[in-house]
Amino acid sequence: MLFYILRRVISAISVVIVTVVCSFLLFFAAPHDPAGVICGPKCTPERLKDITNSLNLDQPMVEQIGLYFKGIAVGRDYTAGGVTRHCDAPCLGYSYILGVPVTDLLARAVPVTLSIVIGGATIYLIFGVLIGTIAARVRGTTLDKAAVGTSLVIGSVPYFIVALVIALYATFLPRSQYTSFFENPIQWAGGLLAAWLCLGLTNSAQYTRYSRASMIEALGQDFTRTARSKGISERRVVYRHGLRAAMTPVITIFGVDVAYQLVNTIFTERIFQLPGLGTRIINAFNQYDLPVLMGGVIVGATVLVVMNLLVDILYTVLDPRVRLG
Amino acid sequence: MTDQTVRAPQTVTRTPRARAEGEEAYLEVTDLHVQFPTADGKVQAVQGLSYALPLRRTLAIVGESGSGKSVSSMAILGLHDRKSTWISGSIKVGGKEVVGMSEKDLMSYRGADAAMIFQDPQSSLHPFFTIGAQITESYRAHHNVSKRAAKARAVDMLGRVGIPNPSRRVDQYPHEFSGGMRQRAMIAMALVNDPKLLIADEPTTALDVTVQAQILDLIADLQRDFGSAVVFITHDLGVVAEIADDILVMYGGNAVEHGPVEKILGSPLHPYSWGLLESIPAVSGTPGPLHPIPGSPPSLLAMPSGCAFHPRCEFRDRVGGDLCRTLKPELIPRTADQGRTSRCHLKEPDKVFETEVLPRLP
Repeated sequence: MLFYILRRVISAISVVIVTVVCSFLLFFAAPHDPAGVICGPKCTPERLKDITNSLNLDQPMVEQIGLYFKGIAVGRDYTAGGVTRHCDAPCLGYSYILGVPVTDLLARAVPVTLSIVIGGATIYLIFGVLIGTIAARVRGTTLDKAAVGTSLVIGSVPYFIVALVIALYATFLPRSQYTSFFENPIQWAGGLLAAWLCLGLTNSAQYTRYSRASMIEALGQDFTRTARSKGISERRVVYRHGLRAAMTPVITIFGVDVAYQLVNTIFTERIFQLPGLGTRIINAFNQYDLPVLMGGVIVGATVLVVMNLLVDILYTVLDPRVRLG
Repeated sequence: MTDQTVRAPQTVTRTPRARAEGEEAYLEVTDLHVQFPTADGKVQAVQGLSYALPLRRTLAIVGESGSGKSVSSMAILGLHDRKSTWISGSIKVGGKEVVGMSEKDLMSYRGADAAMIFQDPQSSLHPFFTIGAQITESYRAHHNVSKRAAKARAVDMLGRVGIPNPSRRVDQYPHEFSGGMRQRAMIAMALVNDPKLLIADEPTTALDVTVQAQILDLIADLQRDFGSAVVFITHDLGVVAEIADDILVMYGGNAVEHGPVEKILGSPLHPYSWGLLESIPAVSGTPGPLHPIPGSPPSLLAMPSGCAFHPRCEFRDRVGGDLCRTLKPELIPRTADQGRTSRCHLKEPDKVFETEVLPRLP
């Protein structure tokens, strides 16, 4: 098990390294002038020189990548406007447009995104599984059809419309804002409630369907019949034997899905004006802020890789048949 | 043994327990009907099945897929979904009426009075719970004991069904067991509450032949120890010869022949039973072609009129007056032997078997 995790961590790190190299090449080896792009619209010749020098853009590509990795490992210096600034490790670059190290910028954004996704995911997991399980138990009845129908309708409405409806009509909710959890947990939850509801509502539809299908399958299995033949209550048959088996695939989907949500909260953040990762990346995109974009790509890749690793490890806990080695 | 039974393909090697007449039946099935309403119509899975089984006896129910053998046994444990199944008739187990029993009574009845060993232990055991957890769950459902006591009981049961090192195996998951060991664990789980009725639904089908024999011996041994009645569902006549006292041959949702094992395997009276014997491949001598019963089992949606077997029966023209097509025969004694019954209009079936069917047997 430990050996497996070690092996997986090593392969995860290599995936991230390959991502860094690829995105670096994409941004800096492309047939354009990266210094000019990074410098932005109000570029002066000195500033351009600064950027070229501190990013070593006149050096061979291999050297540039090496320096970038060195920055991630130990930090590096950037010169901007004649002033040299130190960028601490892990240094993902320096945004010349905003005048801040990319790591600082993203580090402020990540907790926002994380808060949105954690709250939203909790809501959709609980609601989705609950409704899906109930629908599976009363399969074929009006209640089941209503649950499936509603989930189809909600699932078919574009996400941003749901978000807009909540933003426009759910005015009784606290004003959307971000406060650090450690600063004021109540304000944190209040400010994020609208975003959570939006994320939770739209995604719970999908989890209702997953859970229902998975539960129907589990309840049709031979081991469910065995459980019934033991003389235990129907509730125990459904929730202990059925749900335990049905939840394994749902949790697997959930793990990967949360990773996906973490790098795709752009709509939520935009509509609810929360300064998360998505907002940062979109802003960087509009301003051609290459270092920030690259940092975003690296953070996104890392999140996906880490979540995948967690799901794999979690799976061994959920399903004793899965052996790691 | 007579010459005839020696020549029969399935020779009963051990002496079945003598049938004590008037022995009180522990399981009594009377005129059982099980139907499933579907979009295409009513599936008549079991149509008026009746039989009785005293303690300490083993009844083998044989028949092809769709003959209603599993469906009728599931009904004994009340395992059919109430909403999608229509059951009538009576199933009495130890004096308790199971048909129409309340959910609450079913809970205390299942597992305690009657338990079931299922066909495929791989899929019938829950993959995510340890063997021990699954056995103790059964035990604690009917005994108000501590977890520790229940686990001690589970270890004890695993030992009794011949699982080596039970105190270690009890904490393992089903996938860590071999097929035979899983079925032993399944048996331990079924017997943990000392049920007086054990239903084994093709318990050896998923196992290889050497393991099959071990499992059959185990069930027979345990039956002796526990003194229970056993219903053994199978389509393997070799297994029947090994384990059964009585045989009930089912066809199209009904019993077509019922009687002591040595008589039915030695000189069956129903053309369908003859077909079953003929279809057994010969393993010694010159290998010849297989002799399947012509035709296919009847659709449970549209049963043939009269005798359900008549479309496939080569003897239907021997019966006068188109009786086979129009009148469903009763399950009654057809020969001087009152201990066996069959559902066939054919006159003197014992003579027909001796002169026409027996010489054809492999």
